[in-house]
Amino acid sequence: MSDHKTMTINLVVWRQKNANDPGKYENYTVKGITEHHSFLEMMDVLNEDLIKAGKDPVAFDHDCREGICGMCSQVVNGMPHGGQDRTTVCQLHMRKFHDGDTIYIDPWRAKAFPIVKDLVVDRAALDSIIQAGGYTSCHTGGVPDGNAILIAKPVADEAMDAAECIGCGACVAGCPNSAAMLFTGAKVSQLAVLPQGKTEAKQRVINMVNAMKECGFGNCTNHYECQVSCPKGINVKFIARMNREYLKAQF
Amino acid sequence: MILDGKCPTGPIQQSWDKHRFDLKLVNPANKRKYNIIMVGTGLAGGAAAASLGELGYNVMAFCYQDSPRRAHSIAAQGGINAAKAYPNDGDSIYRLFYDTIKGGDFRAREADVWRLAQVSNNIIDQCVAQGVPFARDYAGYLDNRSFGGAQVSRTFYARGQTGQQLLLGAYSALSRQIKAGTVKMYNRREMLDLVVVDGVAKGITVRNLVTGEIECYAADAVCLATGGYVNVFYLSTNAMGCSVTAQWVAHKKGAYFANPCYTQIHPTCIPQAGDYQSKLTLMSESLRNDGRCWVPKKKEDCGKHPNEIAEADRDYYLERKYPSFGNLAPRDIASRAAKEQCDDSRGVGPGGRGVYLDFSSAINRVGEDTIRERYGNLFEMYEKITDENGYKRPMRMYPAPHYSMGGLWVDYNLMSNIPGLFVLGEANFSVHGANRLGASALMQGLADGYFVIPYTIGGYLAGVKPSGTSTDAAEFKKSVEDVNATNNKLLNVNGKKTVTEFMRELGGLMWENCGMARSDASLKENLKKIPALREEFWKNVKVTGTGAEFNQQLENAGRTADFLEFAELMCRDALHREESCGGHFRTEHQYDDGEAKRDDANFCYAGAWEFKGVNSEPELHKEPLKFENVHLAVRSYK
Repeated sequence: MSDHKTMTINLVVWRQKNANDPGKYENYTVKGITEHHSFLEMMDVLNEDLIKAGKDPVAFDHDCREGICGMCSQVVNGMPHGGQDRTTVCQLHMRKFHDGDTIYIDPWRAKAFPIVKDLVVDRAALDSIIQAGGYTSCHTGGVPDGNAILIAKPVADEAMDAAECIGCGACVAGCPNSAAMLFTGAKVSQLAVLPQGKTEAKQRVINMVNAMKECGFGNCTNHYECQVSCPKGINVKFIARMNREYLKAQF
Repeated sequence: MILDGKCPTGPIQQSWDKHRFDLKLVNPANKRKYNIIMVGTGLAGGAAAASLGELGYNVMAFCYQDSPRRAHSIAAQGGINAAKAYPNDGDSIYRLFYDTIKGGDFRAREADVWRLAQVSNNIIDQCVAQGVPFARDYAGYLDNRSFGGAQVSRTFYARGQTGQQLLLGAYSALSRQIKAGTVKMYNRREMLDLVVVDGVAKGITVRNLVTGEIECYAADAVCLATGGYVNVFYLSTNAMGCSVTAQWVAHKKGAYFANPCYTQIHPTCIPQAGDYQSKLTLMSESLRNDGRCWVPKKKEDCGKHPNEIAEADRDYYLERKYPSFGNLAPRDIASRAAKEQCDDSRGVGPGGRGVYLDFSSAINRVGEDTIRERYGNLFEMYEKITDENGYKRPMRMYPAPHYSMGGLWVDYNLMSNIPGLFVLGEANFSVHGANRLGASALMQGLADGYFVIPYTIGGYLAGVKPSGTSTDAAEFKKSVEDVNATNNKLLNVNGKKTVTEFMRELGGLMWENCGMARSDASLKENLKKIPALREEFWKNVKVTGTGAEFNQQLENAGRTADFLEFAELMCRDALHREESCGGHFRTEHQYDDGEAKRDDANFCYAGAWEFKGVNSEPELHKEPLKFENVHLAVRSYK
């Protein structure tokens, strides 16, 4: 709105043409930003300026812009999604910044997430982990009535807490070891606590942990950076549960 | 031409069972000889790809996102309907069928809606088996809430993220099939053409969004599950990548586009804050279980802090106008009522385009903790965007484009008029008529994907010989040439205006003249302005970079070019439909109290348009709608 004060923001953005390009930081200045701009709308302003100047706009992933699809993925000032509690970068608003601020923007950096262009990375490795076992092997049709399996509210709530994961990969980007333990642990736990998932629990956790290793993700050394980075507040206790499930599966 | 939906005859209660038995089958050993293309991996496409792969077909699935888990079905918040009748409140398949027909303002096919209501119960069971953590009560039973347009509680939910959980369920089933090798997944691919050989859909041409390469894929059937087109308004609740492109290229290859003017404007979205805005955010209809909509009775109170406006000075307009449904009036009606209050200069917030959604009486009744448990994530989202606390002061809401009831025309088997082209979910026109009830989109997507297409596609494939995946036919070559030509054209204009500027302008025209209220004059104005804007686009658009790389500007330019053509068809359809029904409100056709006035004598049909060239008038085909089980009546929620 016009009666609001506007901000001028300095940006230092990672630019990389493709996976083989070494990449470098570029400096930009954006003007006319209000407190109501979302972070990505601020990036839109930058890109409109770049296009008009005949320059290549900054490539970044985004889609729903309401914090649920998991597509957006930027490290802002060293924190995945910008560090606001339980907030994706698309839901981060410029009222959290000040006029004249300098903001550093990087892509997710991990061996398992090769860079596609600028801030866009390839997260197919997360799909591979789910394909290894992140499901119950029920067929379409031929399943019992939904109320035939009673699930106590605390159990359903616990499963839902884990199921909130949006698969953005911030946990990997935040982790000094680039581990995907929070992501994997959340899915293992969701299905391990529910009666529907118990039948396959052993094989599932073994297969998913193996896939995680094969994709080149690191291991957990209890820094808890993943939990801080997670825009959905997924708790590290689900890593502990995955470890427990994994040990149980050995016997 | 009079179109035939090929609906089964006889008593509607047995129609789907009888039809399933009548459909031809493909035996298990032969299924692996058939290839199926699935475009889109949301609820409909994801569920369908998984189910068809499991049956033994070879499936190739495509999505424009980096993973099938990101489709915009994920953003649905409130819930999914089913006729389980667990709460013992009088629900039944018949009642869900009746509510959906009436909710759609008698502009949907009875047989399709019956089938939807019938399979709704299977969906809940399926999702529970997948491990979808639906809300439960302390005894362990599934919980229900209420949604608009119904007087029973039939909505199942998973906090405020039901769409996410259902989509992740479908995604997990899909992942299992990808692992099993029955489905091959192609991420970051955007469909840019449909390949038709001898009048039959045989494949698609896509752009690999990472490398820029134009690729062709051939199959025995092509399924589109590509969602809706309300991004034609630029600002909507849809994801940024949602577009009409897949539907539009199929339309240009001969598929009829039915009822494009039926668009849903959702009553409760966070109002627009500025011109820079890129999208609008929905607040679930479930909030109207406990939230009450009001505006000040007096214009002079509009600028006051809402908590300072006395109870007696508040107009709870939905409760006043529709006492039997109150705040749970259907979406089209609630949206128009909000607009009416704002047009009467009693709107609140910036520009007077807002109404209050107030939780104070519910908080007094059940406590803030209970409200937080029910809708906590929605209140959080509201605060992140507006910097206001919804527990302490009423939320501000305004209607926003949300869903398209119109879509590609399909028969009862979900097959378009092009043999071999099937259309699922929001991308088809079949069950919501002129207005969709809340919690019905998830139901339709999953019904089509899990329980309809697996049967009906077999009926088609049983009658054709498997033709392999070779893309040697001349039609594929021509398709690649055409797609390349369009992309090169976009890249070579090198004008002065950005793609976003064009899209914003088009969206403005559509919202102003073909939005919540439409008139003969406003639509005719658009039919002049849209072709002019399109012409300007092709002379003055600026797209940077090349086609042979990751290029988001080029992606957006292609989508915008298609919207610029489609928008004209939408206005034309709205102009021809000289009645008001559901989400289509023509100001010339209303009762004295402002309610929509349908014209059943002249417009009780689905209007399906045939493409005749970009600057030529399309031809209208009609499919008459028969109501044998629910009697045509004026729709009332009073």
